[in-house]
Amino acid sequence: MAKIHVLAPAAHPIRKAADPLVSDERSRAQRFERIFLPHLDAAYDFARWLTRDERNAEDICQEAYLRAFKSLDSFEGESGRAWLLAIVRNTFYSWFRKNKPDAAAVPFDEDGTIAGAELEAPIESMDRILQQRDARRVVNAALERLPQEFREAIVLRELEDLSYKEIAEVANVPIGTVMSRLARARKLLLQHLQHTRES
Amino acid sequence: MDCTETQRRLHAYLDQELDAPGAVAIDQHLASCARCKRAFAAQSALRAGIRRHADYHHGAPRDLAQRIRARVGAEAKPRRQWLHIGHWLPMGAAAAAAAVISWTAAIQYANVPSDQMLAEQVIAGHARAMVASRLIDVASSDQHTVKPWLSSKLDFSPPVPDLAGAGFPLAGGRLDYLDKRPVATLVYQSRQHVIDLFVWPDAKTGDTRPQALSKQGYNVRWWKHGGMNYWAISDTNAADLKAFSEAYASAN
Repeated sequence: MAKIHVLAPAAHPIRKAADPLVSDERSRAQRFERIFLPHLDAAYDFARWLTRDERNAEDICQEAYLRAFKSLDSFEGESGRAWLLAIVRNTFYSWFRKNKPDAAAVPFDEDGTIAGAELEAPIESMDRILQQRDARRVVNAALERLPQEFREAIVLRELEDLSYKEIAEVANVPIGTVMSRLARARKLLLQHLQHTRES
Repeated sequence: MDCTETQRRLHAYLDQELDAPGAVAIDQHLASCARCKRAFAAQSALRAGIRRHADYHHGAPRDLAQRIRARVGAEAKPRRQWLHIGHWLPMGAAAAAAAVISWTAAIQYANVPSDQMLAEQVIAGHARAMVASRLIDVASSDQHTVKPWLSSKLDFSPPVPDLAGAGFPLAGGRLDYLDKRPVATLVYQSRQHVIDLFVWPDAKTGDTRPQALSKQGYNVRWWKHGGMNYWAISDTNAADLKAFSEAYASAN
């Protein structure tokens, strides 16, 4: 399975140079550059999706990279991308709380049943639905209708191509929760798409 | 493997999260069960549809990496200033270091400061203040505090409008040295960014229209009005800096 192995051996810097402070500083900068800058598009896309705004996405990105740099020493993970996206997400939520204090978190019933969400429901012609001329609009409308947590799982899995473990890291939930969110999200999406076709 | 178990693992199978024996077991079941195979086909189609149609991938603006490098480089070690700035060079941008080098060059070789050279000086002045964490000599959001303070140190009095309503609250002011003379620097905020506006009188009269350039991760915008030079610089994006300049100009 293709996993992201961003870390080169230098992730554990050799601290034997004549001026350890200086070499430390340089290797920090180089690590930062190597581990996180390649994921700028992912960070920006995710921030833009969270904020739904280009300019705020840029601000969140800059702030997140600054945070990533400041906490670089605590990074010993496997995936720079998942770590960075987790910071983008946290940065977004602290920004969101500051800027939209009135927006209460939408109550979300993780274990609640989804009406009629049986997978046995006739799921045919999905291909046909997705090949119609308005497929783009239909797909985005279906995504839009998902609860935030479900949509986030789908975005990280399908659009950022993260593994379950990485999604769990970004969303700060157990892997089991990631799996159930994905399964539920997909059920809902299929239902929404069927429904669109029928109406 | 029965249908219930297959359905339970279908997502992990689709997402390639199963180990090899687990995946083979699903393969075998799908080959012999039309219903599960249909369910899997629907999931695969859904995945393809999302990946093809979701309005998600836009990609970062082209200059965002440079702005991040500039900001991280500037804020990384504000206390360690000059000696260690060279070590940021591997980061590519090292806006501050590069600017200081070209600033020195400009001072040495230029008798007539062109806009290009002034731009270098403005960038250097801004970067120097950011690196040294010396953004503000007089910290106040009150224009009636900042303006008299600047006037008392300078031989002119820059306009200090209150732009909070336009989204650019005043943070304070400081003195800089540009174009071979002391100048006023007004410090405004734009969301999470700092905008420096350098102001000084110009011997020649006549207004000029705003010009803009983007360099070393900074955006710069300058114009001349009523015998004063105005140079605005920030690591915010060009559109916001333009909005700031227009708000400032129209408040005068």
